[in-house]
Amino acid sequence: MAKPAGLADSAPVLETTRPDAEPTPGRLAEVGNWVDERTGLGKVAKGGLRKIFPDHWSFLLGEIALYSFIILLLTGIFLSLWFKPSMGEVEYAGSYQLLKGLPMSEAYASTLAISFDVRGGLLVRQVHHWAAMLFVASATIHMLRVFFTGAFRKPRELNWLLGVGMFSIALIEGFAGYSLPDDLLSGTGLRFVDGLVRSIPIVGTWLEFLVFGGEFPGTLIIPRLFIAHVLLVPGLILGLVGAHMALIVYHKHTQFPGPGRKETNVVGYPLFPVYMAKAGGFFFIVAGVTTLMGATMQINPVWNFGPYNPSQVTAGSQPDWYMGWVEGAVRIMAPIEWHLGSTTWSWNVFLPAVVLMGLLFTVLGAWPFVESWLTGDKAEHHLLDRPRNAPIRTSLGVAGMTCYALFWLAGGNDILATQFHVSLNDVTYFMRVAVFVGPVIAFFITRRVCLALQHADNERVLHGSESGVIVRAPGGGYSEAHEPLTEDELFTLTQHEQLAPLEATPATDGHGIPVAGAGVSKRRARLSGWFMGTTVVKVSADELHDHHDEPVPAEK
Amino acid sequence: MRSLTSRRRHKAVRPLLMLLALLVTGTLYSLAAPPQQSSADTSLVATGKGLFTQSCASCHGLGGEGTSAGPAITDVGALAVDFEVSTGRMPKAGPAIQSAPKVNLFTQTETDALAAYVASLATGPAVPTKAQYDPAGLTEEQLARGGELFRTNCSACHNYQGSGGALPNGAVAPSLLDASAKHIYEAMRVGPNQMPIFNESTMPDTDVRSIAGYLQELHAQPAGGLTFGGVGPVAEGFFAWVIGIGALTLFAVWIAARGARAR
Ligand code: HEC
Ligand code: HEC
Ligand code: HEM
Repeated sequence: MAKPAGLADSAPVLETTRPDAEPTPGRLAEVGNWVDERTGLGKVAKGGLRKIFPDHWSFLLGEIALYSFIILLLTGIFLSLWFKPSMGEVEYAGSYQLLKGLPMSEAYASTLAISFDVRGGLLVRQVHHWAAMLFVASATIHMLRVFFTGAFRKPRELNWLLGVGMFSIALIEGFAGYSLPDDLLSGTGLRFVDGLVRSIPIVGTWLEFLVFGGEFPGTLIIPRLFIAHVLLVPGLILGLVGAHMALIVYHKHTQFPGPGRKETNVVGYPLFPVYMAKAGGFFFIVAGVTTLMGATMQINPVWNFGPYNPSQVTAGSQPDWYMGWVEGAVRIMAPIEWHLGSTTWSWNVFLPAVVLMGLLFTVLGAWPFVESWLTGDKAEHHLLDRPRNAPIRTSLGVAGMTCYALFWLAGGNDILATQFHVSLNDVTYFMRVAVFVGPVIAFFITRRVCLALQHADNERVLHGSESGVIVRAPGGGYSEAHEPLTEDELFTLTQHEQLAPLEATPATDGHGIPVAGAGVSKRRARLSGWFMGTTVVKVSADELHDHHDEPVPAEK
Repeated sequence: MRSLTSRRRHKAVRPLLMLLALLVTGTLYSLAAPPQQSSADTSLVATGKGLFTQSCASCHGLGGEGTSAGPAITDVGALAVDFEVSTGRMPKAGPAIQSAPKVNLFTQTETDALAAYVASLATGPAVPTKAQYDPAGLTEEQLARGGELFRTNCSACHNYQGSGGALPNGAVAPSLLDASAKHIYEAMRVGPNQMPIFNESTMPDTDVRSIAGYLQELHAQPAGGLTFGGVGPVAEGFFAWVIGIGALTLFAVWIAARGARAR
């Protein structure tokens, strides 16, 4: 492993080469010293630079999110220089002739100007939008990685919550950005959210007035969304990113189990120089990929949509992908609406939009605590789970992903219908059932696969790996010779802890007096047994020993 | 001038003069003579009747009076026939919900003949002339207005770019990327299938020309890169995941597998 490099004083490039004079520190080192003496940063940096990071590709997914956020900041600042957040009406006089002379908002006109009249404007707009799509997408897969490997367990529950927080406000940020250009799709999306706000029972109408400053669309919403989009939410995300990073440094990174990897150490490369080089390089790769996408793939061609006009609609109105699942839920929801007196209760919007979104974020936020309640596990975990070794968690995760994906597909039901030549009604009816049945099927398939993989691991541990050599015994039978595993692999396959499920504590003590305080209820014990007991018991040391005493036909 | 005078007696003068005389007489006669169209029409109508009996009567009845398999088309006029036949909708292949446009089976003369026959059954709208639908010569403002009209009246079914969309019960509003100005005009007047009729009082000819002109210009515009069929955010999201996240994940695998391990 590379020795951690020291600070400026030991770097040869910084040393002066004058032969006769006393060696004096170089300029840079002097500056460094000056800063260090006044701020004490040296100590912090020394510790920080020696931080060890384990190497696994899935640990870089979060970095994609971080880098695309930086790209969003940079391109966003450029866009803010030209964008006019105003709903004041102007007559278009820019260079896109197919809109010439039409009345439109200044916001839309300035977005057209960015696209057609500002040098490099269209490229930056497209990079900004692609980076936004990738930002939320990479945050999503990063979150899935954390979930399936159990990296949210103690002590990292808070960091998981920070992640869920960032994920939810990233959706708000993306939605606000999508609404800014004030084109037909922006306006349709805003109208959707307007309906969503109004569907909230009792307070909905008043909330709408609060958000839009009167009835939809009014003239306030774009300036308000602008402030939210360029100041409030990015500031909030930036703060949360900072806290997220600080906690990563404090907790140290988790690592996959393996020889030499313990709960108490981290095996990997030091931040400086190895990891920094990799991470820095990766930033430029993310920047390169988003720029390439912005340069070659059209996104959000607002000039084709036309200015927003509440009397117009268009086929193919869809939100960006990360809101697609909510759109899908609303599209396939049955038309349940109550009219009580003079009031309307729009369950057909409230349930699929507001309640479902709330449900997703509640479930995500609560999961670490639900799991520790199920396992009763209070220990710290710095070694990750292999997903197969937590079969129920993995299966629940896949079921959730399936549910999300089906809602998501339902959001494109019209596109599915035209692209695959099926009936729009059939797609919708199918999805109504699939969102409930699909996750259940996915759960059982995944559980089966996890258990089968665990079985396969046990087989491997007990019998070694298949050598491909068929041996004929003196008696005439054939068998395949197995080679024993390396110690390292044996360790990796058997290192995981398998705790016993919780057991119910008796409701009364020995004398028949009810036990006060927190015991383990019967129901909790049952759930715990399901969660922890659905697993294949790993090979014990004794079993392994017994097997090794058998004569192994290992002749080659 | 002198050379002209000298050539007056050239050998070729006589035959040329003769030709000129013939041409003038011929032209004068054709202008003065009574129009022959009616007789041409009658033969066209006769051909049309033959074709109609062969290909259309099974559903529309021998005299276009309609059957259980197809509506009466006596008063739809030449316009509707020209549209339905030249876009390949008619003859309908079967009693499907929607006649998917297929290849046109008839030549232009045969189509004209069918149109002439149906037009002879009762008065109905005629096939539009070029001046009625051709968008050439529109100003930029008129084209922009065409865009507004399109977004107000058509994009709900045909998509903002005319790339088509889904309608309930398996019907689709087809893509207009290849629709000619003439077909756009005719479709608006006919209102095929689930499409509403836009008649002259709601949508005068100039407005139709503006819409056709807008669509033509729109489809001739360069795009900001690959467009994925112009179906909007669904395709964009798909490619963000497949190309963007796909490529970056591969890079992540590459970066993690590489580097300091070699030391
Ligand atoms: C298989 C039956 C069938 C055949 C064959 C058929 N049609 Fe039709 N036609 C229909 C039906 C049904 C409609 C109603 C609209 C629709 O479903 O598209 C129709 C509609 C029309 C219309 C539009 C009527 C309107 O109100 O605008 C015209 C014009 C027409 N047909 C002409 C023809 C001609 C010309 C032919 C022969 C080349 C023909 N059809 C052959 C079934 C048929
Ligand atoms: C209610 C939805 C709806 C609206 C609104 C609508 N259309 Fe259509 N349009 C359709 C359907 C459905 C068809 C296919 C009819 C068929 O299959 O015969 C169609 C067909 C067409 C066609 C024929 C395309 C081809 O390739 O043969 C044209 C052109 C067209 N529409 C133009 C327009 C224009 C222009 C407008 C606006 C003025 C408009 N449509 C408004 C639903 C609509
Ligand atoms: C998490 C971060 C962000 C996300 C998800 C995001 C998303 C978006 C989206 C989807 C759009 C619509 C783009 C389009 O026109 O196609 C947009 C527009 C815009 N964004 Fe962002 N953005 C983010 C951060 C920022 C930041 C930090 C700034 C400024 C400092 C910014 C400034 C702008 C501006 C000015 C526009 C309107 C310009 C236009 O539409 O052309 N964004 N954003």
